[in-house]
This record gives sequence, C-alpha cells and structure tokens, in this order.
Amino acid sequence: MNPFSSGTRLRDMIRAIRSCKTAAEERAVVRKECAAIRAAISENDQDYRHRNLAKLMFIHMLGYPTHFGQMECLKLIASSGFPEKRIGYLGLMLLLDERQEVLMLVTNSLKQDLNHSNQYIIGLALCALGNICSAEMARDLAPEVERLLQFRDPNIRKKAALCSIRIIKKVPDLAENFINPAASLLREKHHGVLITGIQLCTDLCKVSSEALEYFREKCTEGLVKTLKDMANSPYAPEYDIAGITDPFLHIRLLKLLRILGQGDADASDCMNDILAQVATKIESNKNAGNAILYECVGTIMSIEDNGGLRVLAINILGRFLSNRDNNIRYVALNMLMKAITVDAQAVQRHRATILECVKDSDASIRKKALDLVYLLVNESNVKPLTKELIEYLEASDQEFKGVLTAKICSLVEKFSPEKIWYIDQMLKVLSEAGNFVKDEVWHALIVVISNASDLHGYSVRALYRAFQTSAEQETLVRVAVWCIGEYGDMLVNNVGMLDIEEPITVTESDAVDALEVSIKRHNSDLTTKAMALIALLKLSSRFPSCSERIKDIILQNKRSFVLELQQRSIEFNCILQKHQNIRSALVERMPVLDEATFSGRRAGSLPTSVSTSTGTARNLPNGIAKPAAAPVADLLDLSSDDAPAPSSSGGDFLQDLLGVDLSPASAPPGTSQPPKAGTDVLLDLLSIGTSPPAQSSSPASNILSSIQDDKASLANLNGLASLTSLSPNATSASPAPMMDLLDGFGPSPQKKEENGPAYPSLVAYESSTLRMTFNISKQPGNPQTTLIQAIFTNLSPNVYNDFLFQAAVPKFLQLHLDPASSNTLPASGNGSITQSMKVTNSQHGKKSLVMRIRIAYKINNKDVLEEGQVSNFPRDL
Amino acid sequence: MIHFVLLISRQGKVRLTKWYSAYSQKERTKVIRELSGLILTRGPKLCNFVEWRGLRVVYKRYASLYFCMCIDEDDNELEILEIIHHYVEVLDRYFGSVCELDLIYNFHKAYFILDELLIAGELQEPSKRTVARLVAAQDSLVETAKEQTSSITNIIAQAANFTIKMLHKGYGPWGSNALHLESLLLVDVCTRLVDQH
Repeated sequence: MNPFSSGTRLRDMIRAIRSCKTAAEERAVVRKECAAIRAAISENDQDYRHRNLAKLMFIHMLGYPTHFGQMECLKLIASSGFPEKRIGYLGLMLLLDERQEVLMLVTNSLKQDLNHSNQYIIGLALCALGNICSAEMARDLAPEVERLLQFRDPNIRKKAALCSIRIIKKVPDLAENFINPAASLLREKHHGVLITGIQLCTDLCKVSSEALEYFREKCTEGLVKTLKDMANSPYAPEYDIAGITDPFLHIRLLKLLRILGQGDADASDCMNDILAQVATKIESNKNAGNAILYECVGTIMSIEDNGGLRVLAINILGRFLSNRDNNIRYVALNMLMKAITVDAQAVQRHRATILECVKDSDASIRKKALDLVYLLVNESNVKPLTKELIEYLEASDQEFKGVLTAKICSLVEKFSPEKIWYIDQMLKVLSEAGNFVKDEVWHALIVVISNASDLHGYSVRALYRAFQTSAEQETLVRVAVWCIGEYGDMLVNNVGMLDIEEPITVTESDAVDALEVSIKRHNSDLTTKAMALIALLKLSSRFPSCSERIKDIILQNKRSFVLELQQRSIEFNCILQKHQNIRSALVERMPVLDEATFSGRRAGSLPTSVSTSTGTARNLPNGIAKPAAAPVADLLDLSSDDAPAPSSSGGDFLQDLLGVDLSPASAPPGTSQPPKAGTDVLLDLLSIGTSPPAQSSSPASNILSSIQDDKASLANLNGLASLTSLSPNATSASPAPMMDLLDGFGPSPQKKEENGPAYPSLVAYESSTLRMTFNISKQPGNPQTTLIQAIFTNLSPNVYNDFLFQAAVPKFLQLHLDPASSNTLPASGNGSITQSMKVTNSQHGKKSLVMRIRIAYKINNKDVLEEGQVSNFPRDL
Repeated sequence: MIHFVLLISRQGKVRLTKWYSAYSQKERTKVIRELSGLILTRGPKLCNFVEWRGLRVVYKRYASLYFCMCIDEDDNELEILEIIHHYVEVLDRYFGSVCELDLIYNFHKAYFILDELLIAGELQEPSKRTVARLVAAQDSLVETAKEQTSSITNIIAQAANFTIKMLHKGYGPWGSNALHLESLLLVDVCTRLVDQH
C-alpha cells in the first residue's frame, strides 16, 4: 500500500488486538486505533476511508462504540467506485440500525444506486435496503424495487423479491402493488428467483387478504405442479442436498401451500395428492429430508381435513418421537403441540412417549414436552399424569424445578376432582419443591384448606408430618405454621380423623416445638417468622399448658433487629400478659376465607377494594410480608365510613387476623383523631370497648393502653417505658409505623388532642399603637400549608377606622388572605380584628416563612400607614 | 424469518453479527451476552434449539465456532440447520477449508458471502455455486479497481522519482532539453490518467 500513509493495515490491527493478553491492553490498542480513525475522519482522508471503516467494523464487533463512523459509511456509499460502495453498505448494515435518523440521509444514494448501470451496485443497494430499511425509506423506494422485480438478471430479481418482503412488512399498504409482479415470479425456472418469489407470495398472503385470495385462485395449481416436478426431478447436482433436490424450495412451496389451503377446501383438495407423495416418498434418514417431512406434516395439519393424510402425518410424528436424534424429537413435540388442537385423540396415543421426554436430559426437550403434557391433561387423566410429574419432581434438576412446579400446581388446581386430592398433591409439591412455589399458589392452598372444614384436622396433621421431613421448604413451612396456628387443637386431639390416616400422637409441646423451630431457623424469612409468631399467639389460648413457653418464645423476638418481628413480639407479649380476659376472643379461629373472591382477585383484578372478611384472605399472607405500615388505603377500606382509622401495623394486622368487620362506629366524628381511631378500632374490634376512647394518652402509649380502659393508661405508659428501655431499638418500634401512617394526617396528634394551638402564638408586629399576633396552625395532610390567624389589637386611645391589613411574601410562598372580621378597631385593646390567611410554602423544609406587612387605617379621618417585616416565624413552617 | 445471525467462538468472542430485525446497539450487546451464556454452556449431545424470549435460536457448532440463527416460533428449525450448513459450505469453498482465523482476518468476506445468501432474514440462493460465483465476480471488480488505482499511483510515483533523480544529477528542468521534454511528457501522461479515473 501507499508508503506515505499513516495508520496500520486492517490485518495488522487485528493481529495487534489478538495479541493482547489482557482486556486493558486490548482497550488501549482499540483506543489508539479509534483516535487515528477519528483523526482521519476529521481530516476527511479519502484514500483510507474504506480501510478505516473496515477497522471500525471489527472494533464494533468487539463491542466498542463506533457511532462516530456512521457518517463515513454514507460518504463511502456516495463515492463512485464499487469497492468503496461495497464496504460502505456493509458498514451501513453493521453500524446502523433502522431506528437511527442518519439512515434517512442514505435514501438518495440508495435511489441512485438502484438505478445504477452496474448490476452489482444495484445488488448492494437492494441488499442494504432489504436488511435495514425503515418505513419511510420503504415508501420512498418501493417503485424502484418493484421495477427491479423484472430486471433482466435473475440475481437482481431475487434480491428485489426479498427486498419487497421487507417493504411490505414495513408498509403493508404497499402490498397490492407487489401482487402481480410476485405472481409472475412463481413461473420462474431459476431456483433463487423461485424461492424468493414464493417467499414474497407467502409474506404477501400474511399481510393482505386480497393477495391471499388472488394467489389461491390463480397460483395454487401452478405451485402444486412445481412441487410435483421438484419431487420427481432427476438428480440436479447444483441444488442437491443429501439426495434431495433443493429442500429449501420444497419447504417454501409447502409453506405457501399451507397458507393457501388453510380454510379453503378446494385448494386443499388440489394439493392432497402431492402432499401424500411428499410425505411417503421423502427419505427420512437425513436432516434435509426430515426438514421437508416436518414442513409437510405442518401443512397437512393446517389445511382442510383429510382423514387419510392426517393419519399419515401423525404416524410421521410418531416416528419422529422415537427417533434418537434430539432435534427430531424436539420438532416432533413442537408439531404435536400444534396438532393437539386438530386431533387431540391421536396425540393422546403418544402420551407415554411424551411423558418420557419430560425426563429427557435435554432442557429444551424437557420444556417442550412439559408444555405438551400440560396441554394433554384433562379430567380423566389428571391423576396418573400428576403422579408421574410429581414423582419426576424429585429427580429433576434445580433449574427445571421452577417450571415443573408451576405447571403441576396449575394442573392440580385446574383439574382437581376433589379437595382432599388437591391438598395431598399440593402437599407433595410443597414438600418436594416448596421453595419454587409462587406466593399465590400457597395462598390458594390456605384458602382451600380453610374452606374444607371436614379436612381441617387431616390437613394440619399431614402438614405437621410433612413439616417434620421437609422443613427446608419455605412455603411448606408457612402453610404448616398457619394451619398449626389455626387448627393446632385438632392436631393434638386427632379431631376429624379420616379412615386413610395413620394415627399420630402430637403433644401440645410438640406443636409449639414445630413453631419454635420455624422461628429459630436462621434461613426462615421474615414472612415465615411473622406467621409463626401469630400462630404462637393463637396457640397460647388453645394450649394453656404451654402458654408460659409460648410467652418466652414470643419474648425472644423482642430484640429482633427486624422491626416487624420486634413489634409483633412486644405487642403480643402485651396481649398475653395484660389481657387474659380478651385473649381467647382475640385469637379465635379465622372465619372461612372466601374462595370466590380470592380466585377472582387472583384472576387479575386489582386488590383495591378490600372489605372485611375477604380482605383477610389476602391481607393475612400479604400484609405480613410488609414491614411496618400496611397501605393506608387498605386500612381505610377496612374501617368504617366516616372515621379514617389508621393504626399501627400491629393493629392493622390484628384486624386482618381477626377478620372482624370494623364498621360499627369506630370513633365518634368529633373525636376521631387519627391515632385514636386506631385504638378505637381495636377496642371495637374486641367488642369490649365500652369505655369512651382514651382521650389524653400519648400516641406511643395508645397501642398498648388501648385494650385496657383508659384509667390504666398512665401505668401503661410507664410499663412501656420500662419495656422499651431494654433495647434502644425498641423505642422506635411502636411509634414509628404509627407516624408513617399519620404522614397523611397533618400535625402531630398530640397537639390536636390538647385542642390548643399547635405552635405558640407569636407577636408578629408591635408598635406603640398596634399589636399583631399570629396564631399558627397546620392543615392536616398538607405540611406545606400554614394557617395563620392574625389578631390585631389597638394600643392607642383612638378608634381606627378603615382598617386594612396587607401582606406580601417572596416567590416561594403563596399567600391567601381572607376578609377581615371588621374594619374598625376599637380603642385601647377593647376588641380586636381577626383575619385569617393561608400560606403555602413550596420549599417546605428548606426555607422558613417570611412576610412583609402593611397596615393602613384612619384616625379621625387621618391616614396612618404602618409597615414592617415578620421574620420570627417558627422554623419548620 | 431469521431475526439475526450470530457467530460466536467457544470463548464467547463475537465473530459475526447480522441483524435483520430492529435491535438497538444496547439490545444487541445484551442479546449476545444472554445467548452466549445460554448456548455455550449446553452439552454436546443436546438438541440444537434453544427457546429464548418467545423466539427460537437454532445453533450449530462447527469446530470452535457456534453459528446461531434466531427465528420465529413457527419457522422450520430443521431447515435453519440446513441453511447454517449451506453457509458453512459456501465459506468452506470460498476460503478452502475455512477456519476461525479466516473469519477473523477476513470478516468482511464472511459478511459479503452472507449477504449473497440471506436478505431480510430470508434465504436468497439455494445454489452454492451461484453464491460463490457472485462473490467472486464482485471480488474481481474490487481487484480491478485496486489495480487501476495502483497502476496510476505507480506511474505518478515513477514520474516523480525520475524528475527528482534528474534534478539531483544537476539537470535542471532547463538543463537538458531532451530530458526535460521526457519528464514533461511523463507528467502529462500521468495527469491524463488521473483525470480519466
């Protein structure tokens, strides 16, 4: 090459990059090359443009950014020589994609090249257009491409045909222009043109029904004849693959025939013979032959019914299924999946073989077979098939277990003939692959168990047994924990024993053991531990003998680092210690969960309107998982109509737990301060709330004191203090979630309860003659807004007439002034004018309020003007 | 329809990428990473199809290279295997028992061949001979163009050398009339040649 040139040759650059031992070295080489290329680009170096672009393409393949070379492609394309254009188009296809704006700039060059005298240049342009054209380019250049479909050289015709495919896919409206030229391509002898022509017709049929009708009417016979000629053609070395002449053409013909025959009996009839011939004559010992057979089976399955052909096709698939080649088995499964809609009976015949494929060592085949089995299951064969699948669950490898489990669960749910079978199967799945089970599946299981009142005892015993053997399966543990909590007494007393059951002796302490294990296992997650705590609380009243132990276990979590557990522990402990009288009512068994609502919600409706007992179904499993506060909306839904009743998350969960309707007047409207509402709800909930809602307790003590009557609140407060002092963390336990909830409810509740001003009133302005005081309060739910009541007092012995107060604020504030109570201010402080205003601080938390004031009045018809600035507002307004 | 073609070495290096569907550059890197993780880890006896994002990837390993093509669910996987093989055979014929190094150093050739085989994700030519012939014809076009430019540059270089030599030897352009004429003539020829091209 030119000795004066700078930079390296392409080959040398590749060699340099390949000899790099580390990624850093490679980056350095690439950086250097890119710098050189950039320099060449900015110098507009023409001689080495194509070489630079080639280098860029290599660099691009290595994954480095090369956007700076995009314009170079366009320049190369615009140059006159073939070598430059060739590299330019290659770069265009490699470095750009159809969504880039730069592409539009190439439209003109493409148009010129499509009209070039050199057919190879036309070929390059067609190729680029076919690979990356956008809808706009398709519109602009479609006439050129259409014209080239009749070009003298077949190699251009075939390129133009494929290019047309891209065009009609981008702009389906253009399809009708291509119907006639495409039809004429079907009469070609050149295989390349024929193949591409058939492909074009196929794609035209897909985008335009008009095209489909046209080809069906005009071309079906011709295509059948072409296929016949192909099938009977003598050996043609140029197109021969494994003894078959041009399998590609075979396949495309069969594909187009499928589309033409689908839904049209006459066309289907017309192709019956040739399909039968292909299906029987093609050798199936090589991949090429199998590819044709596979396509042929697909066509037979899709066209209008012909019993004989169908049998032939299913037999071919049967042969495929027993083939040793994995590829063949894979496509057989794939085709059987399509065939199942046509002839389910025939597919069922292969059930055993398909089931074998589920256990194949090849993941692709396993997955395909599983999909197929899933489709094959019906009411009559669900039991044996599920049995097989569950047995296989043990042997399958980890990554497959997830898919398999999901499928089994869905099958069991869909087809279960009776509840006990469902529970049994789910138990098996949970103990085998519980960690792969999705949340809604085990939620559903709990709902089903809850509804099967005659199986409560059976379920809890079976779960207890399963728990002993597979405690590492998280979801199994959860369901077991829930059931032990609810039906622990049935477990111990063997209530509702079924004939098929083996008797089991579980003592009360055994049951508590199980729960303790699940709390203490270090890999139990929060949900499980939280559920176990509830279960313990429930058992505390069912197993009086263990109540001390239960208390101990609950107390152990008092120091948990997880807020949720700590809070539960403290709250439950309080219930256990101080509220013996209500405990049994509190931990009654859950009401039956509503199956219909649950499944309805699972089906996709948003869980917005949570109402009472159905809310429990959802909220029990879900609400627990949420640390701290459950969504306020939920809570509001749960509570009564007039009083918003946020409470601590403990309270929320208790409501859920108990599933009690909260609608009976939870709090009288006048006293419905947010924090109180929570406790009121709790009181109502327990139906012992005979006393009026506690009035004067601090929010922190509310939670704990609530259950007792209000007289004890002070003592309780102390009790809390002593409790919380045990761990520094604990102090935050109860108030924190509460504050969360209160976020939406404005000022600190304490202030409201005292019914006094939230902020001390301040003297905003004082002169010898006039004093202005501000009473400041906050609007609930809107921390940015401050309500100010200005009170003006006259310090002089004269009456002020035409009193007018004006105020101005900086831009980050918004001020709204209400009319004053009067415009006459009596003398010597014998009365006052009040005027309220509302200030909204858009920079709340960053800047504090500030205000300029101006007060005008008349003394004996003489104008007086006072001005001043108020900057002594409290900081956090 | 073939959505894209990938050639990945056993070490996960990309040797060729061809995108027939719209994937942004970012998506392309992601796709390549995902697929090489999926395909390179598969054992040798398994089937050649991988399901991926609702599409299907057909791959086949030749020596150290994996040829991958991504197709729609309802395309014929077995046929794609044939197309891959078809491509490999054309490459083999072109390079003469092709190896990975050929495809590294002559990656653009591999692209040119692929462009004669596939357009818009569809097969263009079932005859290996035709593909080979078309690629060869275009290669020779490039060669001729190259020769032309290099012959012109040669002539210019020679003329320049000659003139410089003469000058060095003390023949100024005005020294010897004969020589002077000769060099002028040469320069004239050169400029005409350059003008022509």
